[in-house]
Amino acid sequence: MNVPEGLVSKCPGCKEITFNKELERNFNVCPKCGFHHRLALTERLALTVDEGSFLEINGEVSSQDPLGFPDYSTKLQRDMAKTNLRDGITTGCATIEGKPLILGIADFNFMGGSMGSVAGEKIVRAMETGERERKPVVLFTASGGARMQEGLFSLMQMAKTSAGAAKLDRAGVPYIVVLTHPTTAGVYASYASLGDVILAEPGATVGFAGLRVGNQNMGVKLPDDFQTSEFQFRCGMVDRIVPRKEMRATLAKLLTFFDVTPAEVRADAQ
Amino acid sequence: MLNNPLDFEKPIAELDDLIDELKKVGRDPNERQDAVNNGIDVEAEIGRFEAARQQMARQIYSNLTPWNEVQMARHTDRPYTLDYIGMIFDDFVELHGDRTNADDPAIVGGTARFGSDAVVVMGHQKARDLKGRQMRNFGSARPAGFRKALRLMKLAEKFRKPLIVFVDTPAAEANLMAEEDGISETIALCLREMVLISVPIVVSVIGEGGSGGALGIAVGDRVLMLEHSVYSVIPPEGCAAILWNDRNRAAEAAGALKLTAKHALDFGLVDEVLEEPLGGAQRDPTAMAGILKQAITRNLKDLKSLSTEGLLSNRYDRFRNMGRWAESETVTCAPVPIS
Repeated sequence: MNVPEGLVSKCPGCKEITFNKELERNFNVCPKCGFHHRLALTERLALTVDEGSFLEINGEVSSQDPLGFPDYSTKLQRDMAKTNLRDGITTGCATIEGKPLILGIADFNFMGGSMGSVAGEKIVRAMETGERERKPVVLFTASGGARMQEGLFSLMQMAKTSAGAAKLDRAGVPYIVVLTHPTTAGVYASYASLGDVILAEPGATVGFAGLRVGNQNMGVKLPDDFQTSEFQFRCGMVDRIVPRKEMRATLAKLLTFFDVTPAEVRADAQ
Repeated sequence: MLNNPLDFEKPIAELDDLIDELKKVGRDPNERQDAVNNGIDVEAEIGRFEAARQQMARQIYSNLTPWNEVQMARHTDRPYTLDYIGMIFDDFVELHGDRTNADDPAIVGGTARFGSDAVVVMGHQKARDLKGRQMRNFGSARPAGFRKALRLMKLAEKFRKPLIVFVDTPAAEANLMAEEDGISETIALCLREMVLISVPIVVSVIGEGGSGGALGIAVGDRVLMLEHSVYSVIPPEGCAAILWNDRNRAAEAAGALKLTAKHALDFGLVDEVLEEPLGGAQRDPTAMAGILKQAITRNLKDLKSLSTEGLLSNRYDRFRNMGRWAESETVTCAPVPIS
């Protein structure tokens, strides 16, 4: 069969062929099986925030190679060229149905979304901005974990981002996490587990230990949905599994609930 | 005598054997006479071999590779948390349980007296014999362990006692049960709460500082590392598996990860490296305990002079500023076009 490239794609979920146009119209969710394909940053923004409302902040922060780790610089260059990003996470301010928020969106295509110094710094700055401006912080996570090419620096980003979450917690500024495919290891065991509300996209891989690092479940039969959104939901770790097409509306409702302007201030203004 | 010598310690162990042989000769009148008849001064020979042994040991221990340091950090004769608690603290009362569903023996802790201070002390606990290792789960804490740690942190805060922590774990437990019981969330909670605990926290990495399982109880105002301890984002075996699909290249990965105490100090991620007795803490636990006690005392004294606000803002800034990144001068707030 001769199919022009880019017209159709095979769904990793149901192995069926879908027209790309149809896929796009359906939020990059397979119309046949509901598989949630990964979204590029611009697609995620288009589906989530008010049109034209996103302003990137701290986009100039970029990686160094503090350990001189084998091939790290090359991989960074390659992924910067591939994704047109400086790192896996993009942060900024935006509105959803007119409600302001600080937003972070991870892109797994940049070195597996791994958390190195840049991700940690941008996340903490986003959190500090949220605290200062008393705007809710919403983070879409997608990461294989800490970026081992930055060694102990990357491990410390777990403490760093959790410190940012502590600051939000103490200040009473809402923090919402949206777990997308995949969110694992050092990211799941730090800021991704600290939201006041934790949402997840259906079918995303969500868990602690990456399977390649070592399967320590010798002899134990793992459930079919092990380390997925549904598994974590069942275990009580996730508030809601939200299909992509309902995400914007769900966030809007939560932002309305969390409206951080104290009632008396609103009353005074009227 | 060198118990359980590591591969790179074998030459020292061989010299020790020779010295032992010579000493035996010295004690046995017949053999001694034999030696004298052959023109050998037994005492002088022992002295010569002992001097050579010292020189060799210094040479070997000052040229350890990162992988050698991993081996040292994992040595089964190394003092563990309860050993140090026994040697450094008085009146230790171990407290158990996470008040949810379990007691995790991989993390121990309780109330104790440290010099003139009442403190809360806790840490990962490994064991030496097979049964003990299984019971302690090789020092890999489960969610219940982190919940116990969180409880102990809150206890310290509530009663305004300093918190002393010992870190020694290969990693947090990652099996199905740990996942079901929320291992990620409990570690994350420990990380967040430890930033906020309003009493001084002194952390010492005494052996393996294994990724999130270590950091989960290591958000301290001061973080000390023993000379032959390691601190890493991922076990070298796991790193080698990811990079080269070959766990046997762990030694190489250890080098790339720069996981030694000296590296951590150079990176500014820990405060002090405490020199160990020649051959490591496992060769002279009492001496090591003395060094550790002195260092903790000194750091605690510094921290006690700070106000609570100062303590907490220093701790926040310390972890908040960790990382290496570049930043161009350009101020961005450029809209990203939405297609």
